[in-house]
Amino acid sequence: MLPLPYPFDREYMQLALVSGIAMGTAAPLVGAFLVQRRLSLMGDGIGHLAFAGVAGGLLLEVWPVATALLVAVAGALAIERLRGRGRVSGDLALALFFYAGIAAGVVLAGASDRFDATVLSYLFGSILTVSAADTWTVLALGVAVLATMALIGRALFAVVLDEESARVAGLPVDALNGALAVVVAVTIVAAMRVVGILLVAALMVLPVATAQVLGRSFRTTVGLAMAVGVGSSVVGLGAARQWGLPPGGTIVLVAAGAFGVVSLTAERLLRRAGRAPALGSVPGTSR
Amino acid sequence: MTFAYGQEAVLDGVSVAVEPGEFVALVGPNGSGKSTLLRCLLGLLAPTAGAVRLFGVPPQSLGQRWRLGYVPQRPALARDLPATVEEVVAAGRLARTGWRRRFRAEDREEVEHAMSSVALLDLRRRRVSELSGGQQQRAFIAKALAGRPDLLVLDEPVAGIDAESQRRFRDSLTHLVEEHRSAVLLVSHELGAVAEDLDRVVVLRRGSVYFDGPPAELAATGVSLGVHRDDLPLWLEGLVAPGDVRH
Repeated sequence: MLPLPYPFDREYMQLALVSGIAMGTAAPLVGAFLVQRRLSLMGDGIGHLAFAGVAGGLLLEVWPVATALLVAVAGALAIERLRGRGRVSGDLALALFFYAGIAAGVVLAGASDRFDATVLSYLFGSILTVSAADTWTVLALGVAVLATMALIGRALFAVVLDEESARVAGLPVDALNGALAVVVAVTIVAAMRVVGILLVAALMVLPVATAQVLGRSFRTTVGLAMAVGVGSSVVGLGAARQWGLPPGGTIVLVAAGAFGVVSLTAERLLRRAGRAPALGSVPGTSR
Repeated sequence: MTFAYGQEAVLDGVSVAVEPGEFVALVGPNGSGKSTLLRCLLGLLAPTAGAVRLFGVPPQSLGQRWRLGYVPQRPALARDLPATVEEVVAAGRLARTGWRRRFRAEDREEVEHAMSSVALLDLRRRRVSELSGGQQQRAFIAKALAGRPDLLVLDEPVAGIDAESQRRFRDSLTHLVEEHRSAVLLVSHELGAVAEDLDRVVVLRRGSVYFDGPPAELAATGVSLGVHRDDLPLWLEGLVAPGDVRH
């Protein structure tokens, strides 16, 4: 245990801090690409599939994280395949898996006779009860996400700008889209113990929304989003301990609050810095 | 080459060639098959019969993808996209470097050169979504130029952009042809900005080549490309009925 001050002076808080920082970094990094591709809800869709995986694991009495990872990755690739082939629109593809995932999760969890605190810990997060082994898993998945994004980020940005031009330029667009879908699935499974399946997409989207108000370049926006993600995790965990609040919800509320404060004060701050406000809009909406 | 969607032929026996260093315009009324021809050329569609060759090989087999630059028709840019002009232009350099290799000094120089050739160097740190339509289009032209292509294909690049941007657009294309000896294939209804620089005009009509020759020959029939800018679109729409010009 490290000699950290309150509220991180206990071992369980330090384990939570490590998991929170890992996901506060990885989730907005992945989310930055989803938001620009107008796939902000992809995290939710895959999250519901991960719930089906968790419930399947409980039923089969195997490690739920492994089954969640398996189902989420397979589902993410299927969503991307449907969307990429243009058979259904992006939001319809998400909706199909969204509903099927949650329905399968409810049925499987019911059949496993574990529709109790165990299931709730995955749905709403249980970061304060993570073990050292859980933390290592979250950390390993987070590092894998960061390494993958470092490798494919530049090419993914070209796809975000214009998919057709990227294809003409010889970039492996389908493989890149598939890789992004897999990275989203891995991030969700890693983050489900931190904020819970129902809130995991918020950690991907809200910090990006905040960063977009302030950042001018994509690189700066991604950096700011990661900083907001980490800040929200740290502040949220501290507040949760101080006032006995559910940590997952508190982390997300801090991230939402950060967006509110930044979007309300951005104009004044940026004018003082000699710059016009970047845009100040919620991603996916026009100015 | 021929291309059909099911039983419906969109291109029928089209034969067009663009030589190195040539500046060619492809025009035609709506529904004449311009976009389909473009997509076949880019390798996004495969012809039903016949063949497309890019630098001597089928488009799908072209290994050196940087040799082909493409500027799409006004990319659907998100209004809140947080990306600078420099980041957008640098993305075009990936065609040359591949997606795995890190940028070197020469890549950064090429990106700078591409921005300079469309007069956007001063706006390099501006968000591309904050620029005017004409400036955005120039950013996307610079993106295509960053790979230093041997053939630049542009799909309706000047539709609805201001006169100043059209002038800059013309300068950047003539710079590419004259300095780098690249070929340019421009698909457009508005050739006024580049009328004096074109080597050839190809007119498509109902999926076939209706005219292929120097602009002077087309102008000799009374179709004005430059002075009376509206003449060409009006004439093209009139091609629905049999015309007098045939080459």
